Amino acid sequence: MSERKIRVLMAKPGLDGHDRGAKVVARALRDAGMEVIYTGLRQTPEMIAEAALQEDVDVVGLSILSGAHMALIPKVIELLKANHQEHVRVFVGGIIPDEDILLLKQMGVVGIYGPGTTTEKIVSEIRHAITQ
Amino acid sequence: MNLAASILKNDRLAIARLMSLIENGTPEGLAELDTLFPHTGKAHIIGVTGSPGVGKSSLVNQLARCFRHPSQGREPVSVGIIAVDPSSPFSGGAILGDRVRMRDLAGDPNIFIRSMATRGCLGGVANATAGLIQILDAAGYQVIIVETIGAGQTEVDIARLAHTTLVIEAPGLGDDIQAIKAGILEIADILVLNKADHPGVETAEAILRSALQFAPAHHPGYHHPVGDVVDSFEVEQISNESVWTIPILRTIALDGTGVEKVAEQIELHRDYLVESGEWAKRDRKKLQWEMESLLQSSLMERWRNTVTETRYREVLNQVINREISTAQAVNILANGGFSQ
Repeated sequence: MSERKIRVLMAKPGLDGHDRGAKVVARALRDAGMEVIYTGLRQTPEMIAEAALQEDVDVVGLSILSGAHMALIPKVIELLKANHQEHVRVFVGGIIPDEDILLLKQMGVVGIYGPGTTTEKIVSEIRHAITQ
Repeated sequence: MNLAASILKNDRLAIARLMSLIENGTPEGLAELDTLFPHTGKAHIIGVTGSPGVGKSSLVNQLARCFRHPSQGREPVSVGIIAVDPSSPFSGGAILGDRVRMRDLAGDPNIFIRSMATRGCLGGVANATAGLIQILDAAGYQVIIVETIGAGQTEVDIARLAHTTLVIEAPGLGDDIQAIKAGILEIADILVLNKADHPGVETAEAILRSALQFAPAHHPGYHHPVGDVVDSFEVEQISNESVWTIPILRTIALDGTGVEKVAEQIELHRDYLVESGEWAKRDRKKLQWEMESLLQSSLMERWRNTVTETRYREVLNQVINREISTAQAVNILANGGFSQ
């Protein structure tokens, strides 16, 4: 029978329409053998939490370039908890100022990746977070 | 863990958990499914297939909306959706992108959408698809839509899992010879010509119509390759009045034009299946096929344990060195790795 696959929900919350980064990472995770559920643009935190529940994912990846991360990410984390999905690891990609990185990590975000991050780093950190 | 009891109460977290256990083929998942099985058999299972890019996901999105918000006189029904996309044959990974087209359905507690990768299975659906359908069926979803991968000519397994199969076509996909070849058109109960606002729609419809003229008057349903369910079970006589004529329906899935008609035809097809006795017949074939697929993988696994990895590689190397033929190798391996 088939082995356990890492399942990732890749979502773009909020209103910015730049999804190239999300697609590049989705492709890299696919090539690393993961199953990536891609939801597309303009997702609300409610839509993301609901999709994470139905898809029973291990990881939620959020790509945000709009600057609304401090409004959107805590909401996603709160909704995941409300759905009894506290085991889901949250990763963030985008333009996040240093002072916010600290706050987001305190809220439970596992990894935050800005421009220039290699896809290898993202793949290995997701693997590490899931297998430990 | 008692997932089955929670699933019978439509607990969405339990549904999602068990789906993963079934996809991963775990014994505890299969045991939960055993408990659920007597509660299955109620849902109307609808297969949606067609070439990549014809608009399957968009159409499923609109269809689900029609089922949830029907026009006057019809009751809304709950909808489960299983959307299959291919796994990479190289990395085993997958990008499952069908949810992108289904964002209209978010927030409705009577819709459950699950994306699934084929994980190496041919035929257009995944090995575990039947199990996932059973979970949604037991949870009480009244209509279950299964969207296949963008299918080519032989990805016809969906017709074995579904009561009603929709084949989606679009203008510009092929000439009349493509249309009378064996395969995907043969399994259609309803033909949908999507992108009806694109040029070439008249020609495409004419081609499909003429292809249907070559089809036998009574749609025979999908032929079982191993052997049909014993005919003595089939006491129902199919009368001439209850012949199903395959409709060709034009749609524009992006804005929903024509989709209401498709939903109507799906309900008519369900009535036809029930009244003609075809529903029971398809159900028997479906279960036989599901059982045989499971049997195959179970026998395969059992066989795999009879041959050591070393012996397997030895025999394989003999083939690679052209010392024995592939058929001879199979003979040896089937006997636990020893020549007779």
